[in-house]
Amino acid sequence: MPTTSAASEKLVWKTRLFAAIVVLTNVTGNFALSWGIKHGAAMDGSAWSFVRVIFDPWVFCGILLLSGWVLSRMALLSWADLSYVIPVTSVGFVMNAIMGAVFLGEIITPTRWLGTLCIVGGTVLVGLTAPKTETQ
Amino acid sequence: MAWLYVAIIVISTVASDLLQSWEMKRQGEVTDFGVGGIGRLLKLLLTKGPLIGSIIFLAISFYAFLALLAVADLSFAVPATALSLVAETILARLVLKERVTPARWGGTVLVAIGVALLAL
Repeated sequence: MPTTSAASEKLVWKTRLFAAIVVLTNVTGNFALSWGIKHGAAMDGSAWSFVRVIFDPWVFCGILLLSGWVLSRMALLSWADLSYVIPVTSVGFVMNAIMGAVFLGEIITPTRWLGTLCIVGGTVLVGLTAPKTETQ
Repeated sequence: MAWLYVAIIVISTVASDLLQSWEMKRQGEVTDFGVGGIGRLLKLLLTKGPLIGSIIFLAISFYAFLALLAVADLSFAVPATALSLVAETILARLVLKERVTPARWGGTVLVAIGVALLAL
């Protein structure tokens, strides 16, 4: 619609950029955390191990990235609907599966490919709707 | 026991997201993404009750997920996350009064099915 194009076009791209930041910080943050926990930053359940683990470089990076995830998600939710943000940022499940295959040698079965296809399809379907319904 | 953890995960995830979305809408659209803007977001996070509550629920959901993984397989735990996607969309409609269009419903259900398939 030409009358609303400039402002809503800008909002759509801002929303896509922030959705991408939310997904990337979440996936890389979780990956760094689990890599750190599995390689060296041993947790023995004692209170001291909960403190010590924070200073493992991978775990520390993971915490920084996940802090970025919380802040970028707050910013995104300041304008975009929750019912838009939830399915669109679910594309992170796909990225987790791919990172598992690439870095951890996990096998992606045909069922998982089908699941991936469903998630991407659902994400695109919701991504094509306006991020903020009040403006429609 | 596993289902109790699933219930805790779904309820706390939904509560966390509803509180965060509700408070951030009240604060208005964020337009400053410089150091000052990030500082303002951090300050909101530490001073606004609903946002503090949202972080507490997020932590509860995180630890319940770890506890669930201790008693159940990942292939059981991940579809539980898919349940919360649908629950959140229903509550976004009912509580936050968002207009959930047919395309959004379709997409959300498709994503939830996909997440469940990933865990098989």
